[in-house]
Amino acid sequence: MRADIVVIGGGPAGLAAAISAARFDPSLNVLILERDNELGGILNQCIHNGFGLHTFNEELTGPEYASRFEEQLDGLGINYMLNTMVLNVSSGSVTAVNSNEGVFTVSCGAIVLCMGCRERPRGALNIPGLRPAGVFTAGTAQRLVNIEGYMPGREVVILGSGDIGLIMARRMTLEGAIVKAVCELMPYSGGLKRNIVQCLDDFDIPLILSHTVIDIKGKERVTSVVIAKVDSNSKPIPGTEQEIACDTLLLSCGLIPENELSRAADIKINPATNGPVVNESFETSVPGIFACGNVLHVHDLVDYVSEESSRAGKSAARYVSSSNTSVGAEIRISTGSGVRYTVPSIVRPDELDSDLIIRFRSTGVFKDSYIDVSFNGPKKIHRRKQIITPGEMEQVILKKEDLLNISGDICVAISES
Amino acid sequence: METKELTCINCPMGCRITVTMSGSEVISVEGNTCKRGDVYARTEVVSPVRTVTTTIKVTGGSVDRVSCKTKTPVPKDKIFDVMAEIGAASCTAPVKIGDVLIKDCAGTGVPVVATKAVGVNPED
Amino acid sequence: MSDSYDIIIIGAGVTGCAIARELSRYACKVLVLDKDEDVCCGTSKANSGIVHAGYDAKPGSLKARMNVRGNEMMISLVKELDIPFKQIGSLVVCTDLSLRGGIEELYDRGIANGVPGLRILEAPELRELEPNISDDAVCALYAPTAGIICPFRLNIALAECACQNGVEFLFDTAVTGVEAIPSGFKVITGSSEYNASVVVNAAGCHADEIHNLVSSVKYHITPRRGDYMLLDRSCEGLVNHVIFPQPTSLGKGILVTPTAHGNILIGPTAVDTDNRDEAPVTADGLAKVIEGSAKNVKGIPVKQVITGFSGLRAHEDGGEFILEEVSDCPGFFDCVGIESPGLTACPAVGEYMASLVADKLSLLPKSSWNGICHDVKKPFEMSESERAELISSDPSYGKIICRCETITEGEIIDSIRRPLGARSLDGVKRRTRAGMGRCQGGFCSPRVMEILSRELGVPLDSITKNGGSSKILFGRTKDES
Repeated sequence: MRADIVVIGGGPAGLAAAISAARFDPSLNVLILERDNELGGILNQCIHNGFGLHTFNEELTGPEYASRFEEQLDGLGINYMLNTMVLNVSSGSVTAVNSNEGVFTVSCGAIVLCMGCRERPRGALNIPGLRPAGVFTAGTAQRLVNIEGYMPGREVVILGSGDIGLIMARRMTLEGAIVKAVCELMPYSGGLKRNIVQCLDDFDIPLILSHTVIDIKGKERVTSVVIAKVDSNSKPIPGTEQEIACDTLLLSCGLIPENELSRAADIKINPATNGPVVNESFETSVPGIFACGNVLHVHDLVDYVSEESSRAGKSAARYVSSSNTSVGAEIRISTGSGVRYTVPSIVRPDELDSDLIIRFRSTGVFKDSYIDVSFNGPKKIHRRKQIITPGEMEQVILKKEDLLNISGDICVAISES
Repeated sequence: METKELTCINCPMGCRITVTMSGSEVISVEGNTCKRGDVYARTEVVSPVRTVTTTIKVTGGSVDRVSCKTKTPVPKDKIFDVMAEIGAASCTAPVKIGDVLIKDCAGTGVPVVATKAVGVNPED
Repeated sequence: MSDSYDIIIIGAGVTGCAIARELSRYACKVLVLDKDEDVCCGTSKANSGIVHAGYDAKPGSLKARMNVRGNEMMISLVKELDIPFKQIGSLVVCTDLSLRGGIEELYDRGIANGVPGLRILEAPELRELEPNISDDAVCALYAPTAGIICPFRLNIALAECACQNGVEFLFDTAVTGVEAIPSGFKVITGSSEYNASVVVNAAGCHADEIHNLVSSVKYHITPRRGDYMLLDRSCEGLVNHVIFPQPTSLGKGILVTPTAHGNILIGPTAVDTDNRDEAPVTADGLAKVIEGSAKNVKGIPVKQVITGFSGLRAHEDGGEFILEEVSDCPGFFDCVGIESPGLTACPAVGEYMASLVADKLSLLPKSSWNGICHDVKKPFEMSESERAELISSDPSYGKIICRCETITEGEIIDSIRRPLGARSLDGVKRRTRAGMGRCQGGFCSPRVMEILSRELGVPLDSITKNGGSSKILFGRTKDES
């Protein structure tokens, strides 16, 4: 089998990348390989609002957002295979398996990695206690409620105040469950403010900051959890234990980009994101392999995923279409104080169309501070922000013309006033 | 005169908005960065509304639940009435995005529409 | 299912199932009872998965004899029963020169027990074999016959083999009473009674309670709980052998080992408890596992943990295996105190106990007996051409359900349809590994539930994690109630 571009994953990243690649060069044969029985990825189970404000200037639900992309596929001649699991990726070759073809290989000019991410399970959180039924990651619970149409429980405690936990607090409540508390290890919530309002405040669900679950009780099914306050090192403080009766514990404690395929292909991984190191074209350390979306770094907004993935898809198409092997100057983007990571990590200004978007996350909560971007000496951007938190991805935009002929790194940092 | 602090839920920015009121009359709205925030704040302090997103039963479809939403926001205090009516209702496949599944949900005047397509069950 | 048997075995762990398989060679009616929903639900499912070489147990003891014989028998057993097994050898590491005598003592014990191939390695050779061994390591006892095994497949395969040779199994059947009757025994369970000429007690952490129903000589078991941490398969290569510390009175200590499936396992602790059925993981236990394992091996990537678990071992006060006919209750045979090296010993215990029972009942061997039992077919362990053929003959082997471990729908269906098939999520997990990977079932469990529901013809919300009241779901959304 042969394709010009193979896109691994048919969720928001894969869809946007495939469409962008096909639009850039309609003569290209673009193939999406998707493991589920439908396209749309995680959006299929994200039945809530909040998608598309930037992209379509409308507030859409996840499935509606996905369908805006899916409906473009036919017209662009983009092919896709469902129920197909990719087993291996290497330069110019993708191996996958499904019921019809068995194990098969697609030789291709470029690959776009759009595998998304998985949730951190209980086991990786080392939560003590028994191991009864009733402990779910929030996303698995979301799938059970919204796709299968079953209730994972009736009295719920949620650990983790990231958006998935908050959304599920509301979802479970709407379906008649009682959500007794959302506990958060940090002294601040990991999710968007709007979700605190419309998922917790609206239903009087308490948000208990600086707490974690230290025990799960119940031999066959959860009967209660014990929470405790934590100190500044996130260690439980003896004497602060509280037992909360419940039959369900939902965990929303972090998303991990699914880079098993990337690692097996010896693609260089950024330890700060657990996603591939990429340049301004979203190309990884292996030529012809690109990455975008949650597999590259976990996003908060699907609109950014689509924007990023469009660029990546276009880059992949350009890579296949042109035989241009020019290697322009490579500038490193470094993380200064307060910045945990940037995407991309490298920029070749000659390869930019017009501007460079650098997306990043902070190492902590900063109030009344500045985003500083500097290169060639003085700060080129010194932008005040009332609040910066790790849970809300930030971005800065630099113009191509400003980046030509610079020496040294581009440094992104956060400074206090 | 009293002031109310609220967080706008219209978009992920979550602007902190201060509304100054005299009784039930809104005197001023500050802190929003767009017009929608102004509209939201004025409504929220007087008669808050929310969009309800959930799923509804499907008969004869390739799946037996489909995601749906109230087409426009409904009064916040009617959320559970809306959920109850959607819970008791069902629709028949095929379903297209935007199909009206309930014309007027729980007396709010707001329809419930499908947000995903469902094909007919191939086994039928 | 009648109510009269020649032999009733209480307990479907590795011990009970090994005995069942051996007895199934003879013309006799055997019934195995277990209080849990499946085989392999007690100690057998939560242990280190080590096939010990046999230097640790006291020379002349039953533990020593059964360990060495079991280790020997394992080589052919794993082939007959299609059990993942690697004879990687073990190292008992000494990190304190003043305790070197302990290593020599273990060596002597091993020689006395008939353990082949033992050698004491000095630090340079040790470091070559294990680059990540602690800088404090001075020497180690090397035992080449030690190995790692999949305890789930071992237990399940012993049971499947017994079953295919006519042994019956009843689950969710706890024994509440045993009474002597003229023909032997009446075994009383919650709702029924079963008669047998002989009863074999292989009830793990409850074996003392079962024994004490019939004998005036009382035994006492202290359940000894141990915490473990399982690390991601990407940690493979950290160590190449089973790494033990020097043993203490509480047991073999916290080990670091590859597993038969390519993970790294660290643990267990040893904490005496009085709870015979619940083994919670504790924060203290996990901390001790991390601390203890670091004494022998450098740079253990504990952040790569994918799950923790805890298991109970049945420590009898005498510290020995009790494998005998109860003197004041003829016809009642005990397997009491089966803690380490119980897993290793199980083929030997099976052989030994079956011979005692066969003698007692003057059993005659069957004319045909099938000792071979194949595991579910695994397309991703086959050659390309075998796999292609399998998928084209059965497309369900081309649909991957568990992404982390590359497990297909075909394997899951097989694990449910075969005799003594899975009926719960954990049952599928132990037979196929679906859910044992780094996402711990986050992706596959709804799909495995769908398959169970379809295959068993039951609603999705009746599917359990591991039987009993461990239901996963509480009914449908939009429930009219």
